[in-house]
Amino acid sequence: MDFLITIVEQGLIYGILALGVYITYKILDFPDLTTDGSFPLGAAVTAALIARGVNPYLTLLAAFAVGALAGVCTGLIHVKGKVRDLLSGIIMMTALWTINLRIAGTSNVPLFSKETIFKNLFLESVVPESVQPYTTLIVVILLTVITKLILDFYMNSKSGFLLRAVGDNDKLVTALAKDEGNMKILGLAIANGLIALSGCIFCQEERVFEISMGTGAVVIGLASVIIGTSLFRKLSFMKATTAVILGSILYKACTAIAMRNFEPQDMKFITAALFLIVLLISMERKKKVKIDA
Amino acid sequence: MLELKNIYKYYNPGTINEMCLFKGFNLTVEQGEFLSVVGSNGSGKTSMLNIICGSIPVESGSILLDGKDITNMKEFRRNEKIGRVYQNPALGTCPSMTILENMSLADNKGKRYGLKRGVNKNRMEYYRELLRPLNLGLEDKMHVKVGSLSGGQRQAMALLMSTMTPIEFLILDEHTAALDPKTAEIIMELTDKIVKEKKLTTIMVTHNLRYAVEYGSRLLMMHQGESVIDCAGDEKKALNIDDILKKFNEISIECGN
Repeated sequence: MDFLITIVEQGLIYGILALGVYITYKILDFPDLTTDGSFPLGAAVTAALIARGVNPYLTLLAAFAVGALAGVCTGLIHVKGKVRDLLSGIIMMTALWTINLRIAGTSNVPLFSKETIFKNLFLESVVPESVQPYTTLIVVILLTVITKLILDFYMNSKSGFLLRAVGDNDKLVTALAKDEGNMKILGLAIANGLIALSGCIFCQEERVFEISMGTGAVVIGLASVIIGTSLFRKLSFMKATTAVILGSILYKACTAIAMRNFEPQDMKFITAALFLIVLLISMERKKKVKIDA
Repeated sequence: MLELKNIYKYYNPGTINEMCLFKGFNLTVEQGEFLSVVGSNGSGKTSMLNIICGSIPVESGSILLDGKDITNMKEFRRNEKIGRVYQNPALGTCPSMTILENMSLADNKGKRYGLKRGVNKNRMEYYRELLRPLNLGLEDKMHVKVGSLSGGQRQAMALLMSTMTPIEFLILDEHTAALDPKTAEIIMELTDKIVKEKKLTTIMVTHNLRYAVEYGSRLLMMHQGESVIDCAGDEKKALNIDDILKKFNEISIECGN
């Protein structure tokens, strides 16, 4: 049971990351490696603020804002500097490593004795005794669902329509007398804001900030997006955002089950192998058509 | 009124492949004129449209729209007054969005794209009214993704979408070239209807000489960055396909192909 709860918790937290990756990878068609830097960026900001005694719920907003700023930087490098999309992300990812260290102070910040969004006096006073063990799960579900609903609302707005159009056909956005570059920057800002928010929640759940926690974040995000969107493609009533979050939970379940039989140092290899398997399975294979009459 | 004044345009400047396309090119398009442009490949037709729309920069010269210099205005800003339909039907619509969503996007041109709902349900009937005269059955497919429509259906939508909101200029870049003869005919008739209804100043580039002769109030034939035929009014009415073909052949012989 505990094993299952951990999977769902982590799957939902990474689900927010996956929503961010969904925006860049699926909607903007932008392979954004900033992710590996903006995920720990959210965590670093959170650790620094909590260590200074700031209300943990404020860190959610702060992490989103700082992540969005990182996205804007990637966007500016790409749009205004005309640097290729992949390289813009790599530049920001590399720079963010140092920035994260500077923000957090050291490469490892434990938060065990601090109040977090999961464990604080307020929650202890309102949550009944019997559900106390599930507080983390409930908070994570709430945060993920709220984030998803806000994103759904945005995607259905006029601005969201324009964002979807940019990845689809940027010429049309120009034809509508809007600057496609600005829309790309906006998309990257929202995506990296979400990714940093995910890092913020993750570091409070793990009660520690680790400089290397972002390594491979983009792979986790991509795998979740690809599992979610290809597995639930047939279910037209399901929103893509829901599919992506479910994909993230499934992916976490796969890694957790695989890790039971392996050593911790095998983690990254399993991540890569699982990602490859997901890619190979989800590829649309052409059905052979028999020509004989 | 649109004016191109003394336009110079080089491709690959500073390299051994440097090529001069326009050398002091001038063109004036009057308000309400429907200009058809023909010419061989590489004669500068599409480059001219790109220069007008701001898709490519010019080396020197100026572009004036209603007397206002727009030479250095960004492409997306110019599009506030210009609608454009491309040769490739995929460029005028968003494939992953539905017909309704595409129409709603186009309907909002010139306004703010904020946080209000993208689709206004009250406008649905209006969109259907716009689609019905096409006789393509699109009005019953409002929730179908545009990506699953045929090239002709998409081009019809692209044309509707680019002329939905008040614009002054319509730019048609071989917009019937990728379509089958029958669909091309439908799109061309629709174009003529829209242009007349909305009294749009139009520039249409085409390889179909018949369309160039039949439609439009003025005809321009381009060759190596210069206009070799430019006629309007009665002179244009007297023109037939054979005259244009003859001129085409003369030019081709000069070029040696």
